[in-house]
Amino acid sequence: MGVLENQFPDNVFFSTTDTIINWSRKSSLWPETFGIACCAIEMISTGCSRYDLDRFGMVFRPSPRQSDVMIIAGTVVKKFAPIVRRLYDQMPEPRWVVAMGTCAISGGVYNTYAVVQGSELIVPVDVFVPGCPPRPEALMHGMVLLQEKIMRTHVLRKEPEQAASES
Amino acid sequence: MTNVTVLSETDDKARVTKEVLLNLGPQHPSTHGVLQLVLQLNGEIVERTEPHIGYLHRGTEKLAETFTYTQIFPLTDRLDYVCPPSNNLGFAIAVENLLGIEVPERAQYIRVMMAELSRISGHLLITGALPMDLGAMTALLYAMREREMLMDLMEMITGARMHTSYIRVGGVREDLPEGATERIREFCQILPKRLKDYERLIASNRVFLNRTRDIGVIEPKDAIDLGLSGPNLRASGVDWDIRRDCPYEVYDRLDFDVITDTACDCYARWICRIHEMRESVRIIEQCLDQLPEGDFQVDMPTIAFPVDKELLKTSMETHIHHFELSAYGFKVPKGEVYAAIEAPKGELGYYVISDGSEKPFRLRVRAPSFVNLQALEGKVSNMKYLADVIAMLGSLDPVIAEVDK
Amino acid sequence: MTDRRPAFCDRIMDHFGDRVSDGGAGIDMHNIEVAPENLKELCRFLLQAPELSFDFLSDLCGVDFLPDNPRFAVVYHLYSTTHQHRLRLKCRFDDPPRLPTVADIWTTANWHEREAFDMYGIVFEGHPNLKRIYMWDEFDGYPMRKDFPVRGYKDEYNPFGKERGEQ
Repeated sequence: MGVLENQFPDNVFFSTTDTIINWSRKSSLWPETFGIACCAIEMISTGCSRYDLDRFGMVFRPSPRQSDVMIIAGTVVKKFAPIVRRLYDQMPEPRWVVAMGTCAISGGVYNTYAVVQGSELIVPVDVFVPGCPPRPEALMHGMVLLQEKIMRTHVLRKEPEQAASES
Repeated sequence: MTNVTVLSETDDKARVTKEVLLNLGPQHPSTHGVLQLVLQLNGEIVERTEPHIGYLHRGTEKLAETFTYTQIFPLTDRLDYVCPPSNNLGFAIAVENLLGIEVPERAQYIRVMMAELSRISGHLLITGALPMDLGAMTALLYAMREREMLMDLMEMITGARMHTSYIRVGGVREDLPEGATERIREFCQILPKRLKDYERLIASNRVFLNRTRDIGVIEPKDAIDLGLSGPNLRASGVDWDIRRDCPYEVYDRLDFDVITDTACDCYARWICRIHEMRESVRIIEQCLDQLPEGDFQVDMPTIAFPVDKELLKTSMETHIHHFELSAYGFKVPKGEVYAAIEAPKGELGYYVISDGSEKPFRLRVRAPSFVNLQALEGKVSNMKYLADVIAMLGSLDPVIAEVDK
Repeated sequence: MTDRRPAFCDRIMDHFGDRVSDGGAGIDMHNIEVAPENLKELCRFLLQAPELSFDFLSDLCGVDFLPDNPRFAVVYHLYSTTHQHRLRLKCRFDDPPRLPTVADIWTTANWHEREAFDMYGIVFEGHPNLKRIYMWDEFDGYPMRKDFPVRGYKDEYNPFGKERGEQ
C-alpha cells in the first residue's frame, strides 16, 4: 500500500459520497403534518412520547416547503385530490411519499363516488403502510423501510439503466 | 447614527387598506383535520368566516345502503375517530329498537363503560389539542400519555386500539377478558390526579386565559337555535344531557352530575370537558361495582353468533343460523327509528329506515360536529381577531370525519 | 312507545285540522305528516306555541323513495328542551323537488338543507346560501338518489365506477 498503509487511527471513517449524502438525508426526514382522517390520530400517537419519532430525527413541519416526506394519512377524497397534488408539487426535492393506511393505498373500504382509489393515482408513492389504522409500530417500520430505500439511492453515481444505455 | 426623536408622519393617502380574503386551507396544523376556512380580513380583524367542508366526504350513508347491518359497524367507527365505541353504541341502539330486542344487563354495563372510556379519550384529545393550537405544545404530549393508557385498555378488551367495532347488535362481541376490571379500576385511580395536573398547568395560565376567556361567546338562546349540543351547549348554560333526560342503557341507575357553565366562552367549553371526564370516571367506577354476571350478548341465534361455540359442532340449527348470519346478515322488520345518544361531541343520532331486508333502506347520521361547526358562521360574539378564530374552532372540538361523513 | 297520541299532538291536530295528518305512533316518537304548502306555518307554530316549544331541530334529512310516488321526503326530527318531548315531521313531495326553507325558523337548518340539496337535489326556496356543501361545485348529479351508482361514474380517480350511459 505504501505511504498510507495503517496510518489512520480508529476514529477516521471512510465512505462513499453517496453513502454520506444518503445517511444525512435519512437521519433527518422531516414529515409534513398531513393528517387527513383516522390515521392522523395514529400518526400523532407515533409522534408523541411513547412511540417517539423524534429519535429518528423526524420533526413534524406544518409547511410543505420545509418538509422531506409527505405521510398521506387518511382517505383522499376527489375534492381534496388537486390539493394533495399541489402540496406534493410544493415540496422541494428530494421528496418521498408514504401512503399510510388502506384508504391512502387503495381507497380502503370506501369504494364510492367520492373517494380516490389510492393515492398512487395522484402522487408517486414510495412506501405503503397497510392497516386500518396501522399501529404506530407499523408506521415506524414503514419509516425505517423508507430510510433503507434512501440508503440505496444513487445520488452522484449514475443510475444502472443510465450507465447501461450509455455504455 | 441618526438621532430619531420624532416618527415621520405619513401622508394619509398612502394609508389605504384593503380587505383580504385569506384561505386557511384544508392543510393546516390547527384546523383539526381537512377544513377550509375562508376569512374576510380587515387587517387582523376578522369580518366574516366561511367554513368550506367536504374534503373528507366518503359517502358513508350511500355505502351503508349496500352493507348489511353488521357490516355498517366499521363504517360507524370511522365517523368520530377519536371515540369509536360511542358511535357503535348509537347505531346498535337504533337497530335494537327496530328489532324490538332487549340487551342483557351485563352487556349494557359493559357498553356504558366503553362509551364512557371513549368519552374520556375524546375529551383528552381536545384538552391537549386546544392549548397546542394556541402555542403550548406540551399539553398534547401529556394528553396523549393518558390516551395511550386508554388505547392499551381498548386493545386488551376489544383487540384493536382505535376502530373497535366491539359494540354490536344484541350486546358486545366478546366478554371482558380476565384482568380487565382491575386494569380499568387502576386507570380510574390514576386519571383524576392527572386531570388536576392539567388544571394546574394550563387552566390558570395567564396566556391561555387571555386567549380563551370571553372569546367566542354564544348566548344560550342562540346555542339552542344553532343546534349545538353536548359540552358546547352546556357551557352556554343550557342544562340538557341525553344520558339524564332521555336515559338509555343503564344510565338511569347511575349517579352523575351534569356539568354546566354560565360563561359561554371558549374557556368554559374547555373546562366543562375536564369536569365531564371526572364524572365519567365516577360512572365507570359505579359500573364496575354494579357489574352483574350474565350473558354478554342476546341469546338469539338469528341475530348474534352463539355464545357457546361448542354448539356449532353439535347442533345443526346453530350451524345453519351461523351460516345465514355470516353470508346474508339478519333481517330487520319494516319501520323507522331515530336513536340519539350523548356522544362526547354532542347529540349523535342515527335515523334508520328499514324495508324488511338485511340492508337498511336509508341510514342517516346526525353528526354533532356538523352542527357544532355551523356556529362559526352564526351568532358568535367577540371573535374579533384571527387568533380568536383558532381558539373558537378548537373549543368547538369538531372532528372532520364526522362533519363530512 | 304507546299507541296513544301524546297531548301535544292533539293540540297540533286541533289547530290545523285536516291540513296535517297523523302519521301514527312510531317505535320511538310520534309522526306527523304535512304537505309542502303548510310546512312553514306548522313549523312556526311548533316553535312558538308555549305548550309545544320545539326549539331544537335535531335533524333534517332527505329520503328518496324511488320507484314509489311521491318520490322524495324530507324528515324533520324536533325536540323541546323545556318539555322534553320529541316529534318526527315528514313532508313528501314529487319531482321536481322544491320545498320552503325553515332556516329562518331554526338557524341549524341552514347546513342541513344545503346537504339535502347537495345529496338529493331538493331546492329550498328562500334559503340564504343554497350551494353544494360536500361535493365540489361543478359536480354533476345528486349522489344519494337511488338511481345514482354507489361507485359513481368512471373517471381518473375511481376506475371502478360505472360508465356513463351504462344501465
